[in-house]
Amino acid sequence: MPEEATTSGEEDVLRAPLVLEYPFKRTTGPVIGAFLTALREGRFIGIEDDQGKVLCPPVEYDPASGASLTKLVPVGSEGEVLFWSWNQSVRDGQPLDHPFAWAMVKLDGADTPMMHAVDAPHDAMVTGLRVRAKFAEERIGSMDDLLCFEPVS
Amino acid sequence: MRDVAIIATAQTKHVRSATTVNEVELIQPVIQEVIERSGLGRHDFDFTCSGSSDYLAGQPFSFVMTLDAVGAWPPISESHVEMDGAWALYEAWVKIQTGHADTALVYSYGKSSPGDLPRVLSRMTDPYYEAPLWPTSVDIAALQARAAIQAGVTSEQAMADIAYRSRTSAAANPFAQLTTSAQPLALMDEEYLADPLRRHDCAPITDGGVAIVLAAGDKARSLCSRPAWIRGIDHRADGHHLNFRDLTTSPSVRIAAEKAGVANGPVEIAELHTCFTHHEPILRSALGLGDDVEVNPSGGPLAANPMMAAGLIRMVEVANRIHSGEVSRGVAHATGGHALQHNLIAVLEGEG
Repeated sequence: MPEEATTSGEEDVLRAPLVLEYPFKRTTGPVIGAFLTALREGRFIGIEDDQGKVLCPPVEYDPASGASLTKLVPVGSEGEVLFWSWNQSVRDGQPLDHPFAWAMVKLDGADTPMMHAVDAPHDAMVTGLRVRAKFAEERIGSMDDLLCFEPVS
Repeated sequence: MRDVAIIATAQTKHVRSATTVNEVELIQPVIQEVIERSGLGRHDFDFTCSGSSDYLAGQPFSFVMTLDAVGAWPPISESHVEMDGAWALYEAWVKIQTGHADTALVYSYGKSSPGDLPRVLSRMTDPYYEAPLWPTSVDIAALQARAAIQAGVTSEQAMADIAYRSRTSAAANPFAQLTTSAQPLALMDEEYLADPLRRHDCAPITDGGVAIVLAAGDKARSLCSRPAWIRGIDHRADGHHLNFRDLTTSPSVRIAAEKAGVANGPVEIAELHTCFTHHEPILRSALGLGDDVEVNPSGGPLAANPMMAAGLIRMVEVANRIHSGEVSRGVAHATGGHALQHNLIAVLEGEG
């Protein structure tokens, strides 16, 4: 994209940058806030649903029944790749600045997966791969505190 | 329920980038064309409803300017959805059901070409857990494709076959953007775009628009020799957290298909809003379509995918074939959100 409005010579078309912004602040509440606070401490929590299944990351309401959920439980920092795809064209804002795998990672002790980045070579990616969370050194209580997952060697 | 039919349609020639026209200029000729085809006058519409996206237009309330393409004086009864035009049609259908209108003009349009569309679409994800990672529409589709392949719902070869069939079918569609394809075996030799997706598995980025006219009962019969009657229409959404969904199936499509009565008669054709090749087997299964049902004879979104219009175009493609007498019963599907999250199903029929 051009940095400022210009006209291209050939078609004499006015071009201007399209800046994508969503400049709102959100409160995170008692469940998402608790998850992000745990991330700041370098650990994961989930929440038990109606059936006793552990959802991680946790949500305030049961996705199926809509019932209010409150029982937060600890979840492990290692888990398993359920399925994955390869991201060759990394874009601004994504977790890593070099090609990586997107994966659905089911953490130990959780019954649902979370989508995140796995920092591993393309040919190392396989369903069932064991991975471990890599946290940022300085953590502030946001999703950015979790940098990515890495294969357990 | 009142009988409501699609009595006229029009669409743009879909292109990769309509650089030299703005949204109003893009859709105005299509609106003019559909009004002329309907036999109604410009002031004869009881209701007008449109679908478009401020995220694509790059400014809030962008649809208000597009009303210049309709003409809103004297004042008209008008509404808008920040969704595909298929949902604008749904709102108009509801308006007619309530008895507040007998005729409606519905249109939708999108210029997807400015900006980085896959990245723009990352803003549709959950704002707490997913949006901070900026996963693109292609990233999420690739995850879904892998899940579907692992579950045996499809294969990379079957996906290449769908790409080939869709784009060669589009050769007969004068509005399509992509109308040729290499043979499936050659497609399989291409590099991955986002393993397991190759470029041919993804719908193109497209600028374009579409318009239809709805009319009720005898009004429809007096204006159209073979109206495309909406016999059933329903829309359902799956949860917005990708984490909690089984991405290999579509519960919302299954429920909508049941409510719309897809199985109440033979399905001759289905026009499905497949933005990626692996969407077709997932939708076929959820709709309960047999292998004999022809899917996307127009080429579908894999041949032209104007955002905000591609779902309503599915209805147009079925309706056109009913108007011409080519088929008597077909299914149209529209989707919104990532990985087939929100789905609308309509059953269209001709009489006699």
